[in-house]
Amino acid sequence: MKIKTLGISFAMMMASTALAQAACEEINIGAAISLTGKYATNGVHTQNGYEFAIKKIDENGGVKIGDKCYKFKVTYYDDESKGDRAATLAERLINQDKVQYMLGPYSSGMTKAIAPVTEKYQIPMIEAEGASRSLFNKGYKYLFAVLSTSEQYLASAVTLAGEKAKEAGKEMSDVKVAIAVENDPFSLDIRAGVMEDAKKAGMKIVIDEKLPRDLSDMTAILTKVKLIKPDLLVVSGHSKGAATAVRQIGEQKIASPMIAMTHCEAADVTGNFGAAANDILCSTQWAETLTYEDPIFGTAANYETEFKAAYPEYGEKKVPYQTAQASAAIYVYKDAFERAGSLDKEKVRDAISATDMKTFYGGIKFSEAGNNVAKPMVLRQIQDGKYNVVAPSAFASHPLNYPRKPGS
Amino acid sequence: MDQILGNIDLLIQFPVVNLKIIIDGVMIGALFALAAYGLALVWGVMNVKNLAQGDFVIGGGYVSWWLANNVGLHPLLGVPVAFVVMWGIGWLTYKLVISRVIERDLFTSLLATFGLAIMYAQLMNLMFGSDTQSLVLDVSILGLQNNYYFADGLIDLPAAKVIGVVLAALLATGVILFMKRSRMGQAIRATAQDARAARVLGIDTEKVYAFTFSLNSAICGAAGAIIVMVWVIQPFYGITYSVRAFVIVTAAGLGNLPGVIAAGLGIGAAEQYGSHIFGIGYQQAIAVMLLLAVLVYRLLQQKRNRQVLQ
Amino acid sequence: MTMQKTSFYAILLAIIVAAPFLFPDFTTQLATLWLFIIVAMTWDMTGGQMGYNSLGNIFFYGTGMYVAAVIAIGLVYDVGEYTGASGGGRYDFTNEQYIIGFILGTLGAGVFCALSAFVLGYVLFGLRGPYFAIGTLGTAIAAGELVSNWDWVGGGQGITLPVYGGDYDQTKLFIYFAFAVVGVILFIFLKWLYGTRFGAAINAIRDDEEKAEAMGLRTLRYKLWTWAMSAFFVGMVGGISAFQLISFEPLESAYQTINLGIFMVVCVLLGGKGTLWGPIIGAIMFQVFKEVTWNYFLGWQWVALGALIVITVVYFQDGLMGWLQQKKPEWFGIRIDQKEAASEAAK
Repeated sequence: MKIKTLGISFAMMMASTALAQAACEEINIGAAISLTGKYATNGVHTQNGYEFAIKKIDENGGVKIGDKCYKFKVTYYDDESKGDRAATLAERLINQDKVQYMLGPYSSGMTKAIAPVTEKYQIPMIEAEGASRSLFNKGYKYLFAVLSTSEQYLASAVTLAGEKAKEAGKEMSDVKVAIAVENDPFSLDIRAGVMEDAKKAGMKIVIDEKLPRDLSDMTAILTKVKLIKPDLLVVSGHSKGAATAVRQIGEQKIASPMIAMTHCEAADVTGNFGAAANDILCSTQWAETLTYEDPIFGTAANYETEFKAAYPEYGEKKVPYQTAQASAAIYVYKDAFERAGSLDKEKVRDAISATDMKTFYGGIKFSEAGNNVAKPMVLRQIQDGKYNVVAPSAFASHPLNYPRKPGS
Repeated sequence: MDQILGNIDLLIQFPVVNLKIIIDGVMIGALFALAAYGLALVWGVMNVKNLAQGDFVIGGGYVSWWLANNVGLHPLLGVPVAFVVMWGIGWLTYKLVISRVIERDLFTSLLATFGLAIMYAQLMNLMFGSDTQSLVLDVSILGLQNNYYFADGLIDLPAAKVIGVVLAALLATGVILFMKRSRMGQAIRATAQDARAARVLGIDTEKVYAFTFSLNSAICGAAGAIIVMVWVIQPFYGITYSVRAFVIVTAAGLGNLPGVIAAGLGIGAAEQYGSHIFGIGYQQAIAVMLLLAVLVYRLLQQKRNRQVLQ
Repeated sequence: MTMQKTSFYAILLAIIVAAPFLFPDFTTQLATLWLFIIVAMTWDMTGGQMGYNSLGNIFFYGTGMYVAAVIAIGLVYDVGEYTGASGGGRYDFTNEQYIIGFILGTLGAGVFCALSAFVLGYVLFGLRGPYFAIGTLGTAIAAGELVSNWDWVGGGQGITLPVYGGDYDQTKLFIYFAFAVVGVILFIFLKWLYGTRFGAAINAIRDDEEKAEAMGLRTLRYKLWTWAMSAFFVGMVGGISAFQLISFEPLESAYQTINLGIFMVVCVLLGGKGTLWGPIIGAIMFQVFKEVTWNYFLGWQWVALGALIVITVVYFQDGLMGWLQQKKPEWFGIRIDQKEAASEAAK
């Protein structure tokens, strides 16, 4: 149980008196994070990612602006996984806590709610968890996202399905795609991406279902899957969607040759359901097996090890990419502050916008619209309980198992 | 529209799917019925409309889940343990809050238990985290398979679900027998009929109320311990079960235990059919619309009765 | 009106106007406070004055949001196209289009909600006691679920409204005063309404509906009009909220049944049911409590809130005003008959 009473002016007074002795001054950053409500799991992953990166940067000499040394301090509020709450909290952070810089919340929906506010106050916000494309077509100038946008999540799954069909000598129009996504901005964007790609390739969408938010049972959909026998089944619904799907796919012996989903790691499907998760494709923003590297966090694998040492509760689980990208967001701030050489927020914004760096999380370079264009999504397949990268081919470490053999 | 027609077409093309939907519906409905059964008890006996019903269910699930993960308790044994633990929590809740709202107007109990529901959900979130959790029931030691398949694998019967239904049925029969045969059961029924008369006849209604509420909470807890083996639980999922319980009790009427079970199974099946035909996104909407339909139907019935009187 | 009262209201009005300028950092929170005051006052119209405890007034709030958004967008673009463009396309609004959309949208939201109150009320007012509460709650939940499946209004994506091109501080002031104007009008309207025959009639319904009917009161008509009036105001503030939030979605922002939908009831209970000032004071108390716990008890705020609801409902159901009324009846112009008081005391 972590109870943090932050962002209180009283605490800030205490902090500033303590600062006299401390080596580094503080830069205050604001963040509304889902600590309760439906996004709480990933909200906590995000918060851990932020905190871990702050600690690492601090240990590595902090943020150097000119000849002065700074360290980050994040003021957190709980947005309860509710957009309207997130928007008011952003205002409070800016108006009452006087933060000049913001970190993103968890999920596209929350980011969508906050972005108009930060934009209006011209407060730079580096976000790590809002992938919806609709964030980047509004002309926002102060919003930067380190992650790849959501239409890329499962695009390579569609490509793979197409390749396999071609190998089997099938017509593209015979390739059947089933989609079951949660009814929320992020997952609907995944759906839009998959539908676009599938249509472009000439595939047929045979099932198109929206999962309710309090989902606990999807047998109705899986029964249809059994009858219609699609070549590719796509599921997306944050952690609980992944958990429910994998469990019931196992129970109902769904034999689709290819199943792709999001949030496998966050839901720890291998740990919870074992063999039922076998050969499922999982899209990920980042994998610890990739060869990315930077001077602060070391290699991707090193990040995973050190993070687990700092947060032992992750234990046997994979460190979810949600955590890695949150850390990357902090790292971008450090880099931008140092390049700007000033605390002036306009200068920092321009520095962020000019970011071009290699990190343990992958390359980071922002487009005009603010999304990261230097890093691809990767697709991993769960092979005997291990996550192995199978696509895109430039990163693949293992061949794809096709058709999927459900474990017993 | 095309999708709806296509879905109906599937039902006709593959008649066995109807069977599958009904089986799934019954299995879900049995667990809804358990939660509703407890609600019917407290509603009928003490006139308390408990909106925290679903949170007791989830609470029972977490008891079983926690013990399985920390003590290594077998999920099946989690059911009786959850029953006992939730009995205690129900009793505490009764003493602290519910005992003070019984005599008050109907709206009070709705709001007070709503406050409780918020509190419990958040406490569970703080204690167990907000991850979705579930237990995998392995019954191979009992000499059973974990999954049974029929009709070319189109119908699947996970042992966990079957055992869940059996447990639910046992629990329901146990409670019904208890109400019919035991001294306490008779006292509860007497209190439900006329609390004042029961008091005059020497029944300690305060004790009856405490017992009834604890029993309700215990039944919910046991249901939760079954649910954690069959589906997933999460601290904020309680509302789903509360809504279903209200639908069922409103549909079946109070004091009609077989009716509650029948309504529970019916709603389970209706939801499955609905989500097959209209899409799963409408599941919750279907449950709530059924509730509204039942309310309106009752209303029309009343109107007709009133006209007869006139 | 006495001199004293006039100056009291004058000072109050001055505070309302000056508040956002005195505390510019709190403008948004003050606007939210108005929202709570308005929804609490409108809830009290049916819940406190007429005895019909609705848990579904949030239906009008959510519907108001959507109607206002659809009107504002529909005046300029095709709504389906606008909401469907989650992946591309930009839609700009001129300031003039924004303001016209705002005014027509909010008014339209109010009118639409009033009309839907007539339709819904026709069915729901047949339900009594807790069934009315459950029926209205069910309506709100069902509406949220259906809207979240309706692609034309964005489904689960919700709607992102245009942003006003001008200065942001101005927009905030504009929203604050939009809420404040609705709130002040509502207050004046209710103060007048509760003093009329209509007010007496709905009080009669609360006290004994059968008797009221027997005396020749056409109760259904009174119930429908009361709910429609309350829906009109809730719909309007729903519309204003839509423009304030800019981006909203159906289940958590618009039809937020277990949030605002219940909070408004708690506000009224805190302050005191069936009084003019009770809901206002309750909303202020609730808002202060909420802001404090949300700031200082991160993670525990919902536990604190749940406890507040339980304690209010169980121990202080008459609220602050009820408590005052009992302690100081003369403040409310109530004169207690000696005999009655004696029998009251004997109880």
